[in-house]
Amino acid sequence: MTGTLRAESVSKSFGGLQALADCSLTAAAGRITGLIGPNGSGKTTLFNAITGYERVDAGQVYLDDQRITGASPQRVFALGVGRTFQLTRIFPRLTVLENMLVPANRGRSTRDHRERAMDLLAFTGIERHASALAGTLSYGQRKLLELAYVLVADPAVVLLDEPAGGVNPTLIHHIADRIRELNAAGRTFLIVEHNMDFVMGLCHEVTVLDSGTVVASGPPELIRSDPRVLDAYLGTEADDD
Amino acid sequence: MTSDRATGEAAGEQDTSRQPDVDPGRAAPATEPLITETRIAGQLRSRTPALAGLAVLIAVFALFPLVFTNPTVTTIAVVTLIFVAVASAWNLFSGFSGYLSLGHAVFYGTGAYFLVVAAKDWNLNGTAVFWLLPLAGAVAALLAVPLGLVALRVRRHTFVVITIAFFFIAQLSASNLTVTGGSSGLLAPVPNWAPATYNNPFYYVGLLLAVAAVALSVLIRRSRFGLQLRAIRDDEDRAAGLGVRAMPVKLGALVLSAFITGMAGGLWVYFIGQAVPQFVFDPLFDLAVVLMAFFGGLGTIAGPVLGALILEPTQQYLYLQQSNGYESEILFGALFLVVILFLPRGVLPTAGEWLTPARLGRLRAAWPGRRADRIAQPVQRSKPPAAGSTS
Amino acid sequence: MASEISQAIAAGILGGGVYALMAAGLTLIFGVLDIINVAQGIFVVLGAYLSYVLSVHLHLDLLLGLLITVPAMFVIGLVVYWLFIRPLRGAERTSMTLLACFAVALIIEGVLYREFGSGYVSLNAWYTTASVHLFDFYLADIYLIGFGLAVVAIVALYLILYRTTFGRAVRATMQNQVAARLIGIDVTRVSALTFAIGTAVTAIGGMVYGAISGGFTPNSGYDLISRLLAIVILAGMGSIGGALATAVLMTTVEALVDIWQPDWAVAVFYLAMVIILTVRPAGLFGRRAVRAQ
Repeated sequence: MTGTLRAESVSKSFGGLQALADCSLTAAAGRITGLIGPNGSGKTTLFNAITGYERVDAGQVYLDDQRITGASPQRVFALGVGRTFQLTRIFPRLTVLENMLVPANRGRSTRDHRERAMDLLAFTGIERHASALAGTLSYGQRKLLELAYVLVADPAVVLLDEPAGGVNPTLIHHIADRIRELNAAGRTFLIVEHNMDFVMGLCHEVTVLDSGTVVASGPPELIRSDPRVLDAYLGTEADDD
Repeated sequence: MTSDRATGEAAGEQDTSRQPDVDPGRAAPATEPLITETRIAGQLRSRTPALAGLAVLIAVFALFPLVFTNPTVTTIAVVTLIFVAVASAWNLFSGFSGYLSLGHAVFYGTGAYFLVVAAKDWNLNGTAVFWLLPLAGAVAALLAVPLGLVALRVRRHTFVVITIAFFFIAQLSASNLTVTGGSSGLLAPVPNWAPATYNNPFYYVGLLLAVAAVALSVLIRRSRFGLQLRAIRDDEDRAAGLGVRAMPVKLGALVLSAFITGMAGGLWVYFIGQAVPQFVFDPLFDLAVVLMAFFGGLGTIAGPVLGALILEPTQQYLYLQQSNGYESEILFGALFLVVILFLPRGVLPTAGEWLTPARLGRLRAAWPGRRADRIAQPVQRSKPPAAGSTS
Repeated sequence: MASEISQAIAAGILGGGVYALMAAGLTLIFGVLDIINVAQGIFVVLGAYLSYVLSVHLHLDLLLGLLITVPAMFVIGLVVYWLFIRPLRGAERTSMTLLACFAVALIIEGVLYREFGSGYVSLNAWYTTASVHLFDFYLADIYLIGFGLAVVAIVALYLILYRTTFGRAVRATMQNQVAARLIGIDVTRVSALTFAIGTAVTAIGGMVYGAISGGFTPNSGYDLISRLLAIVILAGMGSIGGALATAVLMTTVEALVDIWQPDWAVAVFYLAMVIILTVRPAGLFGRRAVRAQ
C-alpha cells in the first residue's frame, strides 16, 4: 500500500448546518499535506468523515483504490489510518506504557509489541514517564503520547488534528522534527493546523477549506499569497470553534 | 547492570527495579502472557519475598478455623470469605470496566437456586453438593450472556439502571415460579456433619473460592484482556477506534464475574440451608458488595478483599447484636455516604498514593539509562524536548 | 369482562397520571443534573408517610396536608442535594451520585422502619372510599382527584419551565451545562432547585400512591423505583413528554395484565424495557447519544 488518501465530493450537514459541501481533497502518498482554514470551515468534520466517526451524506473516501466511505473507526484503523484528536484523548488511568499497548497488536509477539512501544515513547521523548499514569501528564506530553500511540500500529497514513495546538514553541519544533522523520520513512500525513509557521514550514502541500469547500490547494509558497486564502480568513476573527 | 538484568539477582530484597521490564512500581506490567525464560527467572526471584508473604497469609487463613473453633466466629468467617469472593468478582467486572452493576444478586441467586434444585433432583448431600458449585457458576455465567448483550449496549447510566431492573425481574420470578418454590422458597440439603466442626468444610471451600476469585482478578489485570477492559473504562470510543472490540471484552468480563458470583451464591445457600427470594435477592446485597469494593479501592485487586474483610464481619456482628434489620441499613447507608464523600477512591488507593512517590524515587535512583542502548539514536538526535518545561 | 377491561384502562390512565408526575420529576433531575435519583421511590413513600402522620395525628385532610408536605419534601430535596450530591465531583461523578442516592434511600428506609415498623398503613379520606360511577364500573374518587392533581402539577411544571426565567435557565442547563455557566447561569443553584422540585412532586405522588395502593410499608419504595426506572428508561432519558406518555401507557398495560395474571403484572414494565432496549437502546423517545460511554 502506498498510502494515498482521497476524499471526493464529500458533503455532510448537521441539521441545517452544512459542514462539508462537495469537498474534495487528496493527501498524496509519502507527502505531508496541510489542511487549514478558518474556524468552522469543516476541518475536523472532514477528519471525522474520513476516519469513520461521522457518516457522510454524499461523496466517497478512498484509501489508495479501496473505498472506505462509511467504514467504522475500527476498520479504518485496521486498514492503516491513524488519527489524533484536537482535544487529546488518552487513557488517563492507564500508565503511559499501557496507553501504548492498547492499540491492537497486529500479529506481533507481546515482547516485540512492548519494545516497539518503548521505542516510540523514546522517539517522542516521553519514555521517562512510561510508568506514570497518563492522567498526570502535562498537555504537551499528552500530545506526544497521542502521537506515539497512533504510531504503534504502524499506520501508513496519519491524520493529525492540531498537533501543535496549545503547545510551547520548543515542543512544536520537536513535534515537527518527529513528523519529518516519520515522513522520511514513507508515511503520509494529513495535518490540520492553525499555526501557519508550522504548516508552511512542514507541509509539501496545503489545502485550504472554507465553509466546507476547498478554496485553494497547492504548495505552501503559493497558498501563502493566494488572495482567496486571505479572503477566507479575513472577517472570521471570531474565537473558538 | 546488564548482566544483572539477565539473571535478575535480587538478593532477597523486594527490588522491583531489577525487573527487566520497564514499568516498575505501581504500574503492573501490562502484558505478561508470553515472556522469555530469563525474564521469568528474574521475576520469580525478585518476587520471592512477596510470594513468601502470600504463602504465610494463606497458611494463616487455612489454620484459622482450627484455632478459633467458636461456631459463631467461624460462621462469620465463612460469610466473610464468600463476600471476599463476591466483591472481587464484582470488582473484576465493574471495577475494571467502569460499568457499575447493581444487579449481581441475579447471578448470586441463580447459582443459589440452581444448587438447591440440582441437589434435590439428583439427591445429593454432604460433600458431594460442593461439586455442584462449578455447575452453579456455569449456569450463572451462561445467564450473563443474554443479560450482557442487552445491558452492555447502552451508556453507563442506563446500564446501572438496567441491572437494577434485572434484579427486580429475578426477585419477581423467584417469588412466583414453582420451580423456585415461590415466595416460601426451597430448602437446601442438610449434611450430616458433626456440629462442632460443621462450618469447616464450608470455610475451606469458601477460602478456595476467595483465592480463586482474587487469582482470577490478578490474571486479568495483568493480561491484555484486562488492559483493553481498563481502556474501555477510560474512554470506550477511543479504545474502539484503536481496535479494541468492546462488546466481547465487556461481555467476557461479565461472564467471568458471574461465574464466581454464581458459585458464591451456591455456597452461601448451602451454608444457610434455604433459598428464600427476599434473602437471596436482597437489595442490600449489591449495595454491600459495591460498598466493599469502593471502601477498599475500586479497580484495585486488594481493595475488594480488604473491604470485605473489614465490612462483612462488622455487618455480621451488628446483625447479631441487633434484632432489627434497619439498624444495619441506616449504618450501611451512612457508611456508604461517608466513603463516597470523603474517601472516594477508597482506603487502599489513598494509602497507595502516599506510598508511591517514595517508591518511585527509590526506583528512579536504581534505574539509570537502562534504555540508553535501545533508544540512543532518536533521543540523541533531537534537542532534549525542553525536558523541564514541557510540564 | 368488558367492564373489567374498561375499569382497568381507566384505573391505568388515571393512576398513571401520578406515575407520570413522578417519572417527570426523575427525568427533570436527570436532564439537569445528569444523575439518576434512585431515591425517588423512597421519597414517594416518605411523602406518603408524611401525609399519613398529618392525617392520623393531626387529623388534617390529605389534600390540605399537601400544603405542608410539598414544601417539606422540597426542603428535604434541597438538603439531600446540598449535603450529598453537590460535593461529588470528578470522573466518577455519575456513578458516585447514583450510589449516593441509593445510600440516602437506604437511610430513609431504615428510619421509616424505625418510626413506623414494617406493618402496612394506608391513607384514608372520604374520597378514598367513596367512588364515582363511570360507564359500567366504579372507580374510587381518589383516582380522579389524583389524576387531577397530577395534571395540575405537570402544567405547573410546564409553566415554570417555559414561562419563567428560572425555567429558561433550567432548559439551558439541560442542553449544555458548560455553556450555561459561561452565560452566567448559576448552575449549582439551578441544580439545587431542580432537585428540590423533583423531590417536591413526590409529596403529591406519595399522597396519591398512599391512597390508591391500599397499603404501603417502607419496603414499597423498591416497587415504586423499579417501575419508575423502567418507565424512564423505556421512554428514553431526557424526554419529559416521553416519560409522561410512557408512564400512562405502562400503568394501563399493567392494569390490563393484572386482570389475568396479577402476580406477573409488574413484569410488563421490565419486559417492555428489555424488549425496547434491544431494539432501540435510546428508548422510545430518547434523544441522547446512545453509544455506550
